[in-house]
Amino acid sequence: MLNWIDTILQGIILGGLYALFALGQSLILGVMRLTNVAHGDFIILGSFAGYALISGIPGTPLTGLGLNPVITMLILLPIAASFGYGLQRGVLNGTLGADPMPSLVVTFGLSIIIQNLLLELFSADPRSISALGVETKSLALGENIHIGILPLIIFVLALAATALMEWLFHRTDLGRAFRATADDIDTVRLMGVNHRHVYALATAIAFALIGLAGMLQGLRTVIQPADGPGLLLYAFEAVIIGGLGSFWGTFAGGVLLGVAQSIGFRFDPGWGILIGHVVFLVMLMIRPSGFFPKTR
Amino acid sequence: MSTAASVPYTVERATRASRVAAVLGAALVVLAVSLPWWGTNVAMRSVVEISCYLVFASMWNLLAGYGGLVSIGQQGFLGLGGYFLFIFAQKMGVNPFVSVPLAALVAAAISVPTAQFVFRLQGGYFAVGTWVVAEVFRLIFANVSALGGGSGTSLTAMVGIPKATREMITYWMALAIVVFAVGLVYGLLRSRFGLALTAIRDSERAAESQGIDVARVKLIVYVLAAFGAGLAGALYYLSNLRISPDVAFSVNWTAFSIFIVLIGGIGTIEGPILGALLFWLLNNYLSDYGSWYLIGLGLMAIVVIIKWPRGIWGSLSHRFGWQLFPVQRTLRLDKE
Repeated sequence: MLNWIDTILQGIILGGLYALFALGQSLILGVMRLTNVAHGDFIILGSFAGYALISGIPGTPLTGLGLNPVITMLILLPIAASFGYGLQRGVLNGTLGADPMPSLVVTFGLSIIIQNLLLELFSADPRSISALGVETKSLALGENIHIGILPLIIFVLALAATALMEWLFHRTDLGRAFRATADDIDTVRLMGVNHRHVYALATAIAFALIGLAGMLQGLRTVIQPADGPGLLLYAFEAVIIGGLGSFWGTFAGGVLLGVAQSIGFRFDPGWGILIGHVVFLVMLMIRPSGFFPKTR
Repeated sequence: MSTAASVPYTVERATRASRVAAVLGAALVVLAVSLPWWGTNVAMRSVVEISCYLVFASMWNLLAGYGGLVSIGQQGFLGLGGYFLFIFAQKMGVNPFVSVPLAALVAAAISVPTAQFVFRLQGGYFAVGTWVVAEVFRLIFANVSALGGGSGTSLTAMVGIPKATREMITYWMALAIVVFAVGLVYGLLRSRFGLALTAIRDSERAAESQGIDVARVKLIVYVLAAFGAGLAGALYYLSNLRISPDVAFSVNWTAFSIFIVLIGGIGTIEGPILGALLFWLLNNYLSDYGSWYLIGLGLMAIVVIIKWPRGIWGSLSHRFGWQLFPVQRTLRLDKE
């Protein structure tokens, strides 16, 4: 019994991380219906960027700054956001439209490019970012239940990021521009809003979230260049289970996915991810519009 | 209206290029069938490899280029084709060559319930949904220890067949599968079904208002594409003799087919044929560059879809009016 409580608790904590993976995806889907197939690869790119900022690129004269992870994150997030803004204005805006093919092919191409560039620069060796000892500390909740401090921090950050996104989307002028652009782009343009700029701002925020998620992924586990597609699928599943347009829905979706995987892993290490996918497909059958759909 | 009806007209379905192409194509097939008597083993193996790419890419083209159903999960059905070849030939003792179409039929049969899930999603969501399904297949086979689990298994059922016989029959099967797949797509697109399919791609709502059963047409094209992908997979593993889940269900298969279709010309029958030949050449001469080669393919796909969406054949056809496989109907008024 205690084991089951532990399994579910670990699943919820893991789900927080998945929610963090998914928030950026949720924003981009909600504002511009763009399916970014390279989403997971950008998260891993963020992890490696954090790694390179601290430890440099192995085999090159670049040595890295050696700063602590929190300061590194403060440097990384603006870089990620600017990158996102530039990517949207320079490439992705040109692929939007009724036909999903251009945006899918472009982001799929980016996915292959990122994976292979990382492979060239960092090799396939697993790497991780040191959390300066925090990764080994844990909190005892009763006799056999322990929660790692680092996963707990990640969970709290995910909650905070979700609350922030919900506030931004529904309570600020920028959020109103996002919602209006999502609802009716022609009217928005008549009102003098530059929709290309609005899209790019949404992507900039999504990439700040991607940078955060990447950094945290590098801190909590080992990262490899080919990890991206897996993360994309978890993020996508969390968004669809939660319902489009709702960040709390995305959070709930991430948690459900985390719990499903955690229970699966308890039965057999080969089943965790499979059970997660199966739960997603079942949810698709019984609630195709997700838990809390806000937009169609 | 009554006067218009009395104007004599004919509906043309062939072009001069297509008549020439039909003759040349038939000659090419005869020449290809006789290859085992005058060509090398390397040439035969290359044709088998090109055939797998061609068939798989043609099916992706049917699904995405004509049906508008952009999938990044077709590797799921390729892997099923490969694995069921092993199940029939290795575990059930069926003749390996007979197992190829059987395995493709199983892939098609499995695609029917799969459709119930992925068709809940549209556009980009459909694309990622199909990828999830392919991952489910991969993880299931990675957990089946009777098939070697994650490290895969070898096809030893072929040991009793002499190497020369085996290679010749595999080669002829590859040819037959190519002719069948290209013929299937061509025949389909020339029929009423093809009209319905392209109508749905161009406007789902307008097609539905004209009385087309959209859900049924989409399901049929999805199942046919799964059958074709399964054929490609069974053929590939018939000549490779070793299968593992990470390779058989790799998303790279779909990445390559997207590249082949885009560079050759999406929404044309000729495009994937040209694209598969080009891809095979690139693969042969550049794959030693490893990741830089793949980065190049990714970049090319991006540049082509943005700057050159017609691709090679689309541009030629647009510039010179060439059509080797005409699927359109041309209405010509007869002179009195």
